[in-house]
Amino acid sequence: MNWRWLSSMVLAAAAAIVMSSALVAQTAKTVAPKATNTAEKAYAKKTPWGDPDLQGVWNDATSTPLQRPAGKGETVAGNEANLFEEQLANDLSRDRRDGGPEVDVNRAYNEHWMDARRLKITNDHRTSLIVDPPDGRLPPTVPISPERQKIRAERAAAGARFQAGMPNIATEMSLPIRCIIRTDSPPYLPTIYNNDFQIYQSPGYVVIAPEMIHSARIIPLDGRPHIGPTLKQWLGDTRGHFEGNTLVLETTNFRNDDTVYQGANPETYKITERFTRVADDTVNYEFTIDDPTTWTKPWTAVIPWTKIDPKEQMYEYMCHEDNFDIVHLLTGARAREKNPSLNLTKPQTQR
Amino acid sequence: MRTRIWHVITPLGLAVVIAIVWFSPAVGQQSGQQAPAPRPAAAAPAPTSSFPAYRAPRLNGHPDLNGVWQSFVTANIDLQDHEAQAGPYTELIGEYSGWPAGQSVVEGGVIPYKPEALAKKRQNAANRIKADVSSDKNWHNLGDPEMKCYMPGVPRATYMPFPFQIVQGSGQYILIAYEYASTTRTIRMDWKDEAPTDTWMGWSRGHWEGETLVVDVTGLREETWFDRAGDYHSDQLHVVERYTPASPYHMLYEATIEDPKVFTRPWKISFPLYRRMEKNAQLLEYKCVPFTEELLYGKFKKGAS
Repeated sequence: MNWRWLSSMVLAAAAAIVMSSALVAQTAKTVAPKATNTAEKAYAKKTPWGDPDLQGVWNDATSTPLQRPAGKGETVAGNEANLFEEQLANDLSRDRRDGGPEVDVNRAYNEHWMDARRLKITNDHRTSLIVDPPDGRLPPTVPISPERQKIRAERAAAGARFQAGMPNIATEMSLPIRCIIRTDSPPYLPTIYNNDFQIYQSPGYVVIAPEMIHSARIIPLDGRPHIGPTLKQWLGDTRGHFEGNTLVLETTNFRNDDTVYQGANPETYKITERFTRVADDTVNYEFTIDDPTTWTKPWTAVIPWTKIDPKEQMYEYMCHEDNFDIVHLLTGARAREKNPSLNLTKPQTQR
Repeated sequence: MRTRIWHVITPLGLAVVIAIVWFSPAVGQQSGQQAPAPRPAAAAPAPTSSFPAYRAPRLNGHPDLNGVWQSFVTANIDLQDHEAQAGPYTELIGEYSGWPAGQSVVEGGVIPYKPEALAKKRQNAANRIKADVSSDKNWHNLGDPEMKCYMPGVPRATYMPFPFQIVQGSGQYILIAYEYASTTRTIRMDWKDEAPTDTWMGWSRGHWEGETLVVDVTGLREETWFDRAGDYHSDQLHVVERYTPASPYHMLYEATIEDPKVFTRPWKISFPLYRRMEKNAQLLEYKCVPFTEELLYGKFKKGAS
């Protein structure tokens, strides 16, 4: 029931970025497995109306980082796999007791609240979720326009105020802290908890409902055009079709306010997602992001989705309704303005 | 607690006749039962228009309810009879703030409050545009949850002035996705387990009764309201919804509301749902959190007094 503890939530991306950026370095160029190969073994179950059947509740938690850590090949085997998994699990653990009481308190919640599934690397023992470029790392970025630089600088300044416990106003906080979107905007990346997605299907539709925040991404399969180009949405506008057993989604119409991944440019951003059921309990989720005004070339990641135990259910994730923390954060900042002795000695952790 | 069927309870012969004629296609299996219930002299007849008997197309042997639907009642303003009225701040925005008149969707016209509960409803209405989130403990004490962009609960989600989509497939789950606040709820078909905890949209368990999808809803958070008029409930709320296709383009929606802490007896609302027929009909986003942040959090921002 982690939904109660929305206070102090982490953005999925934040976890992935922290995880991977902590281990920066160039790795030897290796050939990544071609993601589309998995489609050849596609699981053949169909709905009564003939679409590949993806219905159910799936979980995408893994400790495999988005980007490949230094010195690793594309996969790890044997003892190296165990050590890699242990190291990642230790880095992610909230219970590692390595920093004294202050650090423990700053981590906010211990391992009890976290998704234990996020402490395992992918079954195929990959060292990065990115499979293309072959080095398992995001492509180099391109220079961005002065307008985007300005927006990024403003966001960075707001982020620094947040870290210092000094936010000015609710609207400068991140979209997850404000309970507007959390893990429901594609690409779907693993986070510390509530990594569940329920897929519903009906004739002509696929619906993906991420646990956070209780939204439904309703995808028409009838080939209709996208909504008008001036109509923007936090989650964009998705159209889908099946290619064999693979559900292919294309999403456009994203808003231009920190919605798309890593501050990419919604005007040029294109995301294509592919869902292929490869076993009764596994869907391979592959996405390709192409934004020539942000990265020098497209990049692709593959994340396995595992069917959760049918006895486990996906429950309502409530956020804004009891967003006590946003008031605590603001009243804390106002108290520090009046009494500087309350200032944080260390920046607070993004939780 | 499984489904309970409540009855068309009417003190007057005429009303009985009207009710039978108007509801017989949908609730023909219900038996009449007399119950003492005071009614104003002008008690309204059942508010739903009549539909001829209809058999919907089938999906896996059950009526196919898939589609984008919307109610066109003003029950979100007030479930009961209400005149056109000035909403808040007409001095600032004039008619933009006006609310239309509407007739009661409540069977018999009036919600059977216990006397002390009626006082609370009136207090809610008086405070409907207030909010104070300065203390966690009293977070929900004031104001209409709709104004704060909180999930609307059941049955209010059905008569918010926004479309919703039913997604019915071959699994054990039916999804209802509402445009308002991007809210969703899952209906678990033929499900035994009780609600594990209270939630804003409740715990919905469904089954088919012929043409009708019957949904038993428990585990609803007590903080939701039924409308802007302050109509409310306690943590004992139990709602039984009935969705009955009435034509390719219409459904009859009925909800029986039971809450022994607040009402003297169960009561029922009903109105039609209309299929959105636009070729490009789809739910768009109504993520209203940004519309409430200044109201809720403005007094804690930098420079606020």
